[in-house]
Amino acid sequence: MGISTVPFLILFPFAAALLIYVTRINKLRNGISYVSSVIIMAATAMLLIQWIAGGAQVTELYYDAHIADRVILILEVILMIYITVLCFKYKKYWISLLSIVPTCIIAWFELFGPKAEESARIRIDHLSLLMCLIIGIIGALIIVYAVGYMHGYHHHHREFKDRRNYFFTLLFIFLGAMYGFVLSDNLLWIDFFWELTSVCSFLLIGYTHEPVAIKNSFRALWMNLLGGTALAVGIVYLGYFSGTVSLSKLVALGADKAAVVTIPIALIAFAALTKAAQMPFSTWLIGAMVAPTPSSALLHSATMVKAGIYVLFRLSPAMAETTTGNMISFIGGFTFLITSFMAIAQSDGKKVLAFSTISNLGLMVACAGMGKAETIWAGIFLMLFHAISKSLLFQDVGATENSLHSRDIEDMHGLLYILPRLAFFMFIGIAGMFLAPFGMLISKWSALKASVNEGNIIMVFFICFGSATTSFYWTKWMGKIISASHLKETSFKDITKKNELVSLTIHAVLMIALCLLFPLLSHVYVNPLLEEMFGTYNDVLSTQILLTLVVIIVIVFAVPLLAFLYSRKMRKTYVLSYMNGVNAGNNMKFIDSFGEEKTLWMSNFYLHKWIGQRKLMVPSQFFTAAVLVVMMSMIIGGAGI
Amino acid sequence: MSMDIVYAVAYVILAPFIGGLLEGVDRKISARMQRRVGPPLLQPFYDVIKLFNKETISVDSSQTFLLLTYFVLMLVTGVMFFSGSDILMCFFVLSTAATFLYFAGVITSSPYSSIGAQRELIQMMAYEPAVLLTCVGFYLAAGTFDVREIAATDTSYIVRLPGFFVAFVFILTIKMRKSPFDTSTSHHMHQELVKGITTEMGSKNLALFQITEWYENVFLMGVICLFIVNGSFAGLLAAVAVFLLVYFLEILIDNSSARMKWQDMLIVTWIVTFFTAGVNLVILIVIR
Repeated sequence: MGISTVPFLILFPFAAALLIYVTRINKLRNGISYVSSVIIMAATAMLLIQWIAGGAQVTELYYDAHIADRVILILEVILMIYITVLCFKYKKYWISLLSIVPTCIIAWFELFGPKAEESARIRIDHLSLLMCLIIGIIGALIIVYAVGYMHGYHHHHREFKDRRNYFFTLLFIFLGAMYGFVLSDNLLWIDFFWELTSVCSFLLIGYTHEPVAIKNSFRALWMNLLGGTALAVGIVYLGYFSGTVSLSKLVALGADKAAVVTIPIALIAFAALTKAAQMPFSTWLIGAMVAPTPSSALLHSATMVKAGIYVLFRLSPAMAETTTGNMISFIGGFTFLITSFMAIAQSDGKKVLAFSTISNLGLMVACAGMGKAETIWAGIFLMLFHAISKSLLFQDVGATENSLHSRDIEDMHGLLYILPRLAFFMFIGIAGMFLAPFGMLISKWSALKASVNEGNIIMVFFICFGSATTSFYWTKWMGKIISASHLKETSFKDITKKNELVSLTIHAVLMIALCLLFPLLSHVYVNPLLEEMFGTYNDVLSTQILLTLVVIIVIVFAVPLLAFLYSRKMRKTYVLSYMNGVNAGNNMKFIDSFGEEKTLWMSNFYLHKWIGQRKLMVPSQFFTAAVLVVMMSMIIGGAGI
Repeated sequence: MSMDIVYAVAYVILAPFIGGLLEGVDRKISARMQRRVGPPLLQPFYDVIKLFNKETISVDSSQTFLLLTYFVLMLVTGVMFFSGSDILMCFFVLSTAATFLYFAGVITSSPYSSIGAQRELIQMMAYEPAVLLTCVGFYLAAGTFDVREIAATDTSYIVRLPGFFVAFVFILTIKMRKSPFDTSTSHHMHQELVKGITTEMGSKNLALFQITEWYENVFLMGVICLFIVNGSFAGLLAAVAVFLLVYFLEILIDNSSARMKWQDMLIVTWIVTFFTAGVNLVILIVIR
């Protein structure tokens, strides 16, 4: 079998990273970054074409790759040493244990443990290729954006050392690790790439070397390494007792309800929870906000958290109707609801995005935990829409911050009139997150239907209440952007760079294209994916629903446009808004009780005294941690008996 | 299929008349409850016609377009419902429509209008769980989200979905913006809110808002009827009777209660939703 693009796709980003690291001339390095991003995109497209030309079959590669096994083991040990050195340097001694222990277990198993049966190292199927597309397109676009953004960033933040070569190196390593992660079927390989993404995100978060950045980066590190430890233990347990280290084999065994895989699946699913930043491990992703915006965009949309979701999707056939599945869907559903509350109380744009990411991931995790074809269908579309719109939103908020010197949503009052281009992109991004007819809605529909079918009462509650709170924080943000503003008079210069705009525009186009084409995508791609995963499937989208959707799509796009054109022609007399007669000549000022002019500020509701992060975070962490401990004990204890 | 179109067209044509008449009755009954004579029955129509003939005044140029979108989406919601499509989708479109109303409220940055709009948003958050759960209830009872198939039943759903019915009637007070939940706009004069979200809507815009409300009320009453119908003529009569009764109940509540704080509204609504629709849901799933 020869799809030669696969090793290229995994190795090329590493090569690019190395080249970028040694290039000290900014212009040259930017050029290399552009070219490499385009090559990555092209190679991903190439892989897709080759694979479809080959019949779009599940393709397994490299059965006999012992040298590569050894190389990966050596790299893993090097990674361990690197983490340990950093932990000692910053006096976080205990965290190093979370790297040393799993690496030693893995090394012991590989060198001295029972020989696992030969299996493919690489496996290409619909799901892994879909992930490749997300990584390739979104990830590469984020790098294009980052070139412009980081230039401005170091221009404004003279206090941080300019280590752009290091930053871009990390971004490319991240992409390479992600490709390796989603394409591997051998769990030992997966474990290595898993650790690599953890370390990359740790280094990106700590990029500025500020005390808070270092603190947050180590929090991200220990949480992810804890997951990595669970993963390593799970893998070795599986290898020791069942003699296989193949992910696909594990899932197949799990789908047949083989007792031997109960514990590994629970441990791997637990690891995925940490990576997907679910409660109680959500704080690392919120802390990651201190890093420059492109790294947030990368962590939230194309990489890292999606790795957790990917693993859960993979495991979902094995998790259906098991205690592990119940645990995962409960944690996911709970996270969905509780973090959407916290998002309401935030006014910092990036924080709202962070909480909404966690919340949305929660819904995806819950879908995976239920482990039915319908829920995975919903989950896949949630993931796609989320990847594009979150990447768009992060980049846009970053660009807005550069021009507006603030990322507070209250300061975005009337952004549409100050920075129209950026406001427009923001509008599309937010609409993609919750408004009809974008796919979030139909996914919610499908998830709700599936939970009812499963009789999963608690999920029904989570979805019904969670979707109410989700709409709330997005709608009020959108309203803020379009409100009439006093800032019209003070001019802000839109200093968004051309490459940033290119990336934003492509994202917006992708978003709308996905919205228009997703029934087609569902038919030609996601349905075969589900068939591959579950053997059988019923088309989630009935003709009736499809028809309704088309109507809604047309209406929601056409109606505002027509209404806009119609209302423009109307003759109107403009009047002042009602202020009890204390207007001061325009709608932005009023006369106060001392007879002086005052500017009027209208603020959104945040309800932070009720449902702020400070109120809810710690109790929810305790609660979910308790649920995890109890259920993991039940699973492990139950399997032991 | 052809009957579906007839229903949909009937909704488009008749709903404003039914909605307007209902409001006329509403005003009359309210007046009698307050020992006044009250306006003529057709007063709401006179009002709307008068509004249409007034000079168009506006605070913000975009408000009309947002209200028009609100209006059309509301129309679509009703058409979808009465032509028998997916009930969950109907409510999704309805909430999209409500989003545009919110935009129309905040776009002016006027103080009263903005506060009213913010509260409208809180109201949306308060009633949405009950709405979604009601859809789930119908799905559990009928095995489908399709209104057409849901309506083709022999036994009234209220028998199996009493909790959902209570929850829905409860949130109806919010949806119809009636006291004690008229936090986003008040129809009583001289209040701290002035006219809330509608403060800055003048002439044609206000008329449009009014008509949209009529369409919305008829749609909501349609959902109430869906709880009662059972295919027979008696069922239809009972449905009409129940919906008139519910409407009367709303008027009674409106006239006998003071406005709640929005905080209390949110909590009370969610608790009621949880203990009526929620308990009903648990029972349905367990006995299924």
